[in-house]
Amino acid sequence: MADLTTHFIGIKSPNPFWLASAPPTDKEYNVVRALAAGWGGVVWKTVGEDPPIVNVNGPRYATLWSQDRRVIGFNNIELISDRPLKTNLDEMRRVKRAWPDRAIIASLMVPCTEEAWKNILPQVEDTGCDGVELNFGCPHGMSERGMGSAVGQVPEYIQMVAAWCKQYSKLPVIVKLTPNITDIRYPARAAKKGGADAVSLINTINSIMGVDLDRMVMNPVTDGKGSHGGYCGYAVKPIALNMVGEIARDPETHGLPISGIGGITTWKDAAEFIALGAGTVQVCTAAMVYGFKIIQDLTDGLSNFMDEKGYKSIADFQGKAVGSVVNWQALNLNHIEKAVIEQDLCIQCGRCHVVCEDTSHQAIVAKVNGKRHFEVMEEECVGCNLCVSICPVPQCITMRALKPGEVDKRTGVKVTGQYANWTTHPNNPMREAAK
Amino acid sequence: MNDKHSGICAGRLTAAEYAKNFADAHPPLNRTQALIESERCYYCYDAPCTTACPTGIDIPTFIQRIAQDNVRGAAHTILEENILGGMCARVCPTEVLCEQACVRNTNEDKPVEIGLLQRYATDGYFAKPGAPLFKRAASSGKRVAVVGAGPAGLSCAHRLAMLGHDVVMFDANPKPGGLNEYGLATYKTVDGFAQKEIEWLLSIGGITVHEDKALGRDIVLDDLTRDYDAVFLGMGLAGVNALGVTEPQAKGLRDAVTFIAELRQAGDYGGVPIGRQVVVIGGGMTAVDAAVQSRKLGAEDVTIVYRRGEEAMSASGYEQDWAKKNGVKITLWARPVEILAEDGAVTGVRFARTAQANGKLTDTGETFALAADMVFRAIGQTFVAAPAGSSITLKDGRIATDEDGKTSHPKVWAGGDCRHGGRDLTVEAVEHGKRAAIAIDKSFRA
Ligand SMILES: Cc1cc2nc3c(=O)[nH]c(=O)nc-3n(C[C@H](O)[C@H](O)[C@H](O)COP(=O)(O)OP(=O)(O)OC[C@H]3O[C@@H](n4cnc5c(N)ncnc54)[C@H](O)[C@@H]3O)c2cc1C
Ligand SMILES: Cc1cc2nc3c(=O)[nH]c(=O)nc-3n(C[C@H](O)[C@H](O)[C@H](O)COP(=O)(O)O)c2cc1C
Ligand code: SF4
Repeated sequence: MADLTTHFIGIKSPNPFWLASAPPTDKEYNVVRALAAGWGGVVWKTVGEDPPIVNVNGPRYATLWSQDRRVIGFNNIELISDRPLKTNLDEMRRVKRAWPDRAIIASLMVPCTEEAWKNILPQVEDTGCDGVELNFGCPHGMSERGMGSAVGQVPEYIQMVAAWCKQYSKLPVIVKLTPNITDIRYPARAAKKGGADAVSLINTINSIMGVDLDRMVMNPVTDGKGSHGGYCGYAVKPIALNMVGEIARDPETHGLPISGIGGITTWKDAAEFIALGAGTVQVCTAAMVYGFKIIQDLTDGLSNFMDEKGYKSIADFQGKAVGSVVNWQALNLNHIEKAVIEQDLCIQCGRCHVVCEDTSHQAIVAKVNGKRHFEVMEEECVGCNLCVSICPVPQCITMRALKPGEVDKRTGVKVTGQYANWTTHPNNPMREAAK
Repeated sequence: MNDKHSGICAGRLTAAEYAKNFADAHPPLNRTQALIESERCYYCYDAPCTTACPTGIDIPTFIQRIAQDNVRGAAHTILEENILGGMCARVCPTEVLCEQACVRNTNEDKPVEIGLLQRYATDGYFAKPGAPLFKRAASSGKRVAVVGAGPAGLSCAHRLAMLGHDVVMFDANPKPGGLNEYGLATYKTVDGFAQKEIEWLLSIGGITVHEDKALGRDIVLDDLTRDYDAVFLGMGLAGVNALGVTEPQAKGLRDAVTFIAELRQAGDYGGVPIGRQVVVIGGGMTAVDAAVQSRKLGAEDVTIVYRRGEEAMSASGYEQDWAKKNGVKITLWARPVEILAEDGAVTGVRFARTAQANGKLTDTGETFALAADMVFRAIGQTFVAAPAGSSITLKDGRIATDEDGKTSHPKVWAGGDCRHGGRDLTVEAVEHGKRAAIAIDKSFRA
């Protein structure tokens, strides 16, 4: 069994799986259930100044379902904790004392003044918790009050608040980033400049879940009106992965510890975040969909994967895929692939043919000798991967890379095996002069 | 006399048992089940299921529409190709038609439940029909006579009406529907569905139905060809094959199809007499239906006896399993040689064991007898040609036609079971009727 122990900005946890700041970590009762189930740590539901906020008293959540009602995406209009600050801090203190080996992180959101942060930080530190996470991400309700994503969208504010936190507390500081921004590197750089120990991302994405076409009202709705909510769950994983990867490979933030969040549902999702640089991962929606027991499958799967690959610790593969992420102009334009259909696996649905015919490059025939049979014509295939993407049978269609010496039947050009990218391509009006 | 233990008698079971036995054999999908099942459809290109459907329903499209909560659109896709898509959803042997072609079979051995989804769409539409799905074209002034109001005739009539022609139907029976009303198994078509569907079909207008009017008895073909612009014959198979052995005049020896018709028309199953020990001779759908329904009426011991192996049976593997599931025994490789009777009542059947030798069926010399108080003939129905007369050329005893159903008579088309070369299925009868209607329409415009 691989060692899943995680050391993240000085915080130790038995595994890299933390529950993200959200309803699962809303109070002592849930948190104790989670820790008993095996979660490595929790980021407590965000607390703020008293008097506590109030939530709507109707639907807070809405869902994007598959046909058999599997949850694909999820959104919410919940605010931060609606309980008094002292209640939350007292519970946090008790939990940390009872579970010393787990990571207990306090998530904070107070107005953007030095006074407010200076006031709350000592109270939080006094609970014995392991660190703080600054919630600069909440996209609804709090942002209209100048908090949450209203701060997270202004890099200067992020830097300023991070610096206050480092000044008024000795706890490790994690800045939680909002994805509702055009370039995630700017807030990450600001967090680093402010002295933050780590960033965590993503928080939720502005969203409207749908429209009730009978009532002609958006969803979820409170007394006939709705408000955009935060989107999360499996569907946001690709967005989150990209943002994590961008921060990991940005020379200015490279090496900045990252707690990866967004759509993590299985151990594979978690491993992907770690491979792109995350040191820990946080989970919210998957727990809200299935309950805390999933932690057993997350740790078991990750551990078996690591054993199989020979990784002894999380650090062994953390960031291993970061180097594969580059800008488009660095891609090798001399590399050529062609689709191959494994006839023994083909079930004859014909979808590869129709999508290539209608929307790609007319490279798959539907009949051979008058019989239903699907075959790639290499003379037409541009290697776009559409057929692979839509084929319902795993491994039935794959891409084959042409080897040096082979001729690309589409262009008649022989594969050289030499690397050449757009920066030197003849079609590029701004190409670098060949030396 | 009403001894439940021997002989033929009615009321073998309690009312509750009849209700249970004759309930829907394949209960419909609810919305959740339909949505989940519809998601399994891959939306194939040039879909093999559509090719396998005799009426060519665009199956991926109707299933996609179910998935998108567009039940009316789904029903439209079905009914525009198969106007009796509701009945076909209940009675088609999908295991040898659309579902056999489903690409899901390759990896899962479990096709998309196309039949049940088709039923979901059509039931949903019939429950809430809204504005008519089909309208008639401007009147052509042409009149077509349709003989036989079975699925072939009804399908032909509806398409002709849509195309703007006026249709007059004649059927020998007191109710329209053919075997939809008098033949198909009770548990496949519960709650009077056949007549409801016909009522809806006729609501397009332009179709007049004359019941109790038989060709050859009340009307003759020459008059029809004289008085109408075209004639369609969809008369089904009115005759029943004899067993080929001496058949004594004995109580309990019956045609399976008349027994089935009686059952379909019975308001109360408790009033239908059935034997205790029943032998059904034959290997097709009729044999299975007669046997299973005998069991459902309370017969204790029911055996189908067929002269060849199970692969040769025209009842599909699925239907054979259905029979076995209902407690029917299937005895293969035996043919009847003598109907045993005493005091004017059947007592059993003596069979000769058969075998296949050099491609020919031969007797092995061994015989055996099965005791029975009821014996059903179910070795096939035949086309009775006399009513149509000698102007219609036959092939192997059925009406010879071209692909569109045109007969040797320039004004007469034919389709359904009476036409040569088909598989004797409801859905094929529908397709024959539709294609003939399109061909008749074309001939008017030529
Ligand atoms: C017991 C049984 C079970 C079956 N089960 C199935 C099943 O589960 N699935 C399936 O697909 N198929 C099944 N079939 C076959 C299917 O019922 C037929 O293929 C289909 O009904 C043929 O339609 P048709 O219109 O050609 O003939 P029919 O349905 O036989 O209709 C012919 C019509 O013509 C009328 N007619 C006949 N002679 C004259 C005349 N001289 N003048 C006027 N009218 C006349 C009859 O009264 C009848 O109404 C079954 C058949 C039987 C017998
Ligand atoms: C109902 C709900 C409430 C949330 N509340 C908070 C919060 O108080 N503070 C915070 O930092 N993030 C909050 N989040 C965001 C989650 O912590 C997490 O960043 C996001 O849901 C993405 O992860 P996931 O895809 O695993 O759910 C909330 C999410 C949900 C679904
Ligand atoms: S890779 Fe793209 S172009 Fe090539 S066959 Fe597949 S869909 Fe067509």
